[in-house]
Amino acid sequence: MCGIIGVIDKQRELMDGSSIRDALSVMDERGSGEGAGYAAYGVYPDYADLYAIHVFYDNLIEPKDQVEDLLETWGMIEHDEEIPTWEQPGIPKIHTPWRYFFRPKTRLMQRSKTPDDEIVKHIVMEVNKSVKGALIFSSGKNIGVFKASGWPEEVADFYRVENYEGYLWLAHNRYPTNTPGWWGGAHPFNLLNWSVVHNGEITSYGTNRRYIESFGYDCTMYTDTEVVAYLMDLLVRRHGLTQELAVRALAPPFWEEIERMPESEQRLNTALRLTYGSAMMNGPFAIAVASPDSIVGFSDRIKLRPLVIGEHDNRLFISSEEAAIRTVDSAVKNIYMPKAGDPIVGRTLV
Amino acid sequence: MIIGSRPARFQVVVDKNQCMLCGRCVENCSYGVFRIEQDGIVTNTRNCVACHRCISQCPRDAITIMERPCDYRSHPVWTAQMKENIFKQAESGKILLGGMGNAAPYPILFDHLVLDACQVTNPSIDPLREPMELRTYIGKKPKQLEYIQTSDGDTSLITELTPNLKLETPIMIGHMSYGAISLNAHKAMAQAVSEIGTFMGTGEGGLHEALYPYQDRMIVQVASGRFGVDVHYLERGAAIEIKIGQGAKPGIGGHLPGEKVCADVSCTRMIPEGSDAISPAPHHDIYSIEDLKQLVISLKEATEWKKPVFVKIAAVHNVAAIAAGIARSGADAVVIDGFRGGTGAAPAVFRDHVGIPIEAAIAAVDTKLRKQGIRNEVSIIASGGIRQSADVAKAICLGADAVYIGTAALIAMGCRVCGTCYRGLCSWGIATQRPDLVARLHPDEAAHNVKNLIDAWTLELAELMGAAGINSIESLRGNRDRLRGYMLDQTMLDVLDVKAIGA
Repeated sequence: MCGIIGVIDKQRELMDGSSIRDALSVMDERGSGEGAGYAAYGVYPDYADLYAIHVFYDNLIEPKDQVEDLLETWGMIEHDEEIPTWEQPGIPKIHTPWRYFFRPKTRLMQRSKTPDDEIVKHIVMEVNKSVKGALIFSSGKNIGVFKASGWPEEVADFYRVENYEGYLWLAHNRYPTNTPGWWGGAHPFNLLNWSVVHNGEITSYGTNRRYIESFGYDCTMYTDTEVVAYLMDLLVRRHGLTQELAVRALAPPFWEEIERMPESEQRLNTALRLTYGSAMMNGPFAIAVASPDSIVGFSDRIKLRPLVIGEHDNRLFISSEEAAIRTVDSAVKNIYMPKAGDPIVGRTLV
Repeated sequence: MIIGSRPARFQVVVDKNQCMLCGRCVENCSYGVFRIEQDGIVTNTRNCVACHRCISQCPRDAITIMERPCDYRSHPVWTAQMKENIFKQAESGKILLGGMGNAAPYPILFDHLVLDACQVTNPSIDPLREPMELRTYIGKKPKQLEYIQTSDGDTSLITELTPNLKLETPIMIGHMSYGAISLNAHKAMAQAVSEIGTFMGTGEGGLHEALYPYQDRMIVQVASGRFGVDVHYLERGAAIEIKIGQGAKPGIGGHLPGEKVCADVSCTRMIPEGSDAISPAPHHDIYSIEDLKQLVISLKEATEWKKPVFVKIAAVHNVAAIAAGIARSGADAVVIDGFRGGTGAAPAVFRDHVGIPIEAAIAAVDTKLRKQGIRNEVSIIASGGIRQSADVAKAICLGADAVYIGTAALIAMGCRVCGTCYRGLCSWGIATQRPDLVARLHPDEAAHNVKNLIDAWTLELAELMGAAGINSIESLRGNRDRLRGYMLDQTMLDVLDVKAIGA
C-alpha cells in the first residue's frame, strides 16, 4: 500500500508542514504505523548555499567521530546541531537525528562537472556503506528530510514539521514489507537535491541495482526505492537528461506506442529504451520525485498504483488519494488521474 | 582379437505377434539393423544407435529397443563406458569421437536455480490481458544520450545508434553449418525464424543459394577455415559472427568428413568435392586480441558499417576477462557457448572435459562487464544446453540478452540425440547429405515444428515474466534477485551472485 502526497508552489511561496501532516494522516489506512516521513524544500534559508546533511546516529560516540572526520577531510562543517525532536509515545527514539551544514572543498574533486555534488555523493555512499551506526538520509541544499518509524502524525509531531516552512513538500506513509521499524527504510529517500517517495514494489530492482552500482552508487537501504533517487541523479545530473526524458527512461512507452510515433520521436524513444533498458522500472509503482525547482509524479506503465493530480492557482498536488489533496486545499480546482506512465511535472516559475 | 566382442549397446526386439511385415523399419533404418527374411524381420542389433526412426514409423508398435540388456559387472570407477573407451583405443590407437553435447554426468546448474513469482505485495501481470514485451535488440548500445533542445521545445537526438538486430523473442537458433546438417534442415529453420521475427546462424559452411530468400534473418559466420566466405556472403547476412571457439570443443577446430562434402556442399563452402573440411584450431590471422579487433573492423569496413559483428567464444575458465577484451574490440555482441553445447563431431575428451557450463559463464561475464562499465558495449548471447523456456528465463536473469538454441531445434525436427551425427547417416534427414535421407525431412513441416517450439517457449517466457510482475524483458535481464539457488554451495552462489532459497 503506502500513501504519498506532494505539493509545489510555483511562486516559491512558503507553506508550513501542518497541512501536509494532516493530509498524510488522512491516508493512515494506507500505512501501518511503521514509517512516515517528510521532505521540505526551502527550509534552511540561512544556510541556503550549504549542503544540509541529516544523519541518524545510533550513539554519539564512534559513528559521530567517523562521520565528522570524513566531512572535515572533504570540506568544512559550518554549523551543526541535533535536530530538535519531541518524544512521542509511539516513537522510541532509537536514533539521534543530527544535522550538519557543510561546505565541500571543491578543489578536492577533479574530473567532475559538479565537483561539490560529487564530494557529497561520495560522503553519503561512504558513510552508509562503511560507518556502523550512522546513516545519512538527507544531503541537499536548503532541503530537509524528516522521517522515523511511526504513524504520519506522530512523526510530524516528533519533528514538529509545522515549525518548518518550504515551497515544496513531499510526504509518505509507509506499509513496510522489507524492513519494518527501521528508520532508514522510511521515505522520502534523498540524495543531494533529489527526494523520492514511492508506493509500490519495483520488480526490476535487481536489474536497476546492478545497473546503478556499476556507476558507483551503493544500495544500502535494503529497500527498492533508493534506486530511484540514484537513477535520477545519474540520468539528470551526470548524463544531462531533462527530468521529462529521465522519467521516460524509467517508465518508457511500449514498443507498440513508439511505432505509432512520428519518425524523429520514434528515433528518440528507441534510443532511450536501448540506452537505458537497465534503468527502466517495472512492477507496480506511483512515484513522486522532487528537485529544487520541480516535482514530477508518474506511475508504472500499466498503472497498478493510484496517482491523483490536483491543481489550484500556483500549486500542483500529487497524491495517492484525492481526499489527501482536499485536506490541504478544500478549494482545489482541477483534479485528474494521469495516464499510465505519463509524467506530470510541476515547475517553479521564479 | 585379444579383446573380442563386447555386449551390444542396444538390443532391438521385434514382436512377431505384432509385426505385419510391412517393411517400413527395413526401409527407414539407415544403419542397417533390419532385414526381411522368410519367417519375419531379422535384426542386426549391433548396428543400432537408438535413433528411433524405426519406432516412429512402425504402425504396430512392434519394435522395442533396450539399452545395455547385457551389461558388464557394475563398478563405480570402471564403468561400462570407461571400459569400452579403453577397448576402442587399445584397438585403434586413435582419438575417440562423439556427437552432440557433453555426455558426462555433471550437475546442471539451471536445475539448481528457481524463479520467482509475485504474491500480494505486488500483482502478477496477466499476459492475456496486458502488454508483454519480449522484443530484444542485439548490438552495441550508447552509454548515454546526446541531444539538443530546439527553441520550440522539441528534443533532437544527436547520438547515432549503431546497427542492432531486432528480435521479437530473445530466442535465436545457433550456428549449425550446412554440411554438418542438411539443406532441408537449414531451410526449415530459416523459414521458422523468418516467420517468428528472430534469427539463425549459418554455421561455418557458407550460405546456400536456396537460403537467399531468408538472408535478412541469417547471421553469417566467419570461422577459422573461412569456408564460403566472400564479400557477397558477408553482405547477405543480417549480422556477421566471428567464431573463435565452440563449447563442445574449446580450443580446437572443426572437421567435416569428406563423405558429407557433396557437390552442393562443396560449392557452398568453396572447397573441392569429397575433401575433408578441416578448420584450424586458431584463426591464422588472430594470434591476439588486437588481431581480433582488426578482423572485426575489417568485416565492418567490408560491409560499410551496416551490420553488427558478433564474436563467439567457448566458455572457458577465463571467459569473463576474454569477453571484456572482446567488448573493447568493437564487436557488437559476444556469444558464449557453454560446455553442454552440441556439435556434429568432437573428440569426446574435449566434449566431456573442457570448458565450463553456460550458467557460470553468463554470470561471470555480465558481472565483469558491469564492473568495467562496458556492459552497454556488447550484448551477451548465451548458448550451450538451453533445453526449455525456464532455462531461457534463468539465462536472462543471470545477465544474457538472448540465447541461441541448437540441439532443441534439431529435436523439434525429429532428432533423438543419438549422437552419431558424424557418420552422415542420420535417419531423420538432419545430419546427413544423402539425398534419400535428406528427402525425409520436409522443410515446410519441419519449419512448422521449429516455429511451434519457439512460439511455445515465448508464451511460457511471457507467463513467467508476468508472474514475476515484469512486463518487459529488459527488467528480467540481469535481475538475479528473481533467482534463488537450490542446493548450491556458497562458492557457487557467490559466483552466480544469487541468494539461496529462503534467503
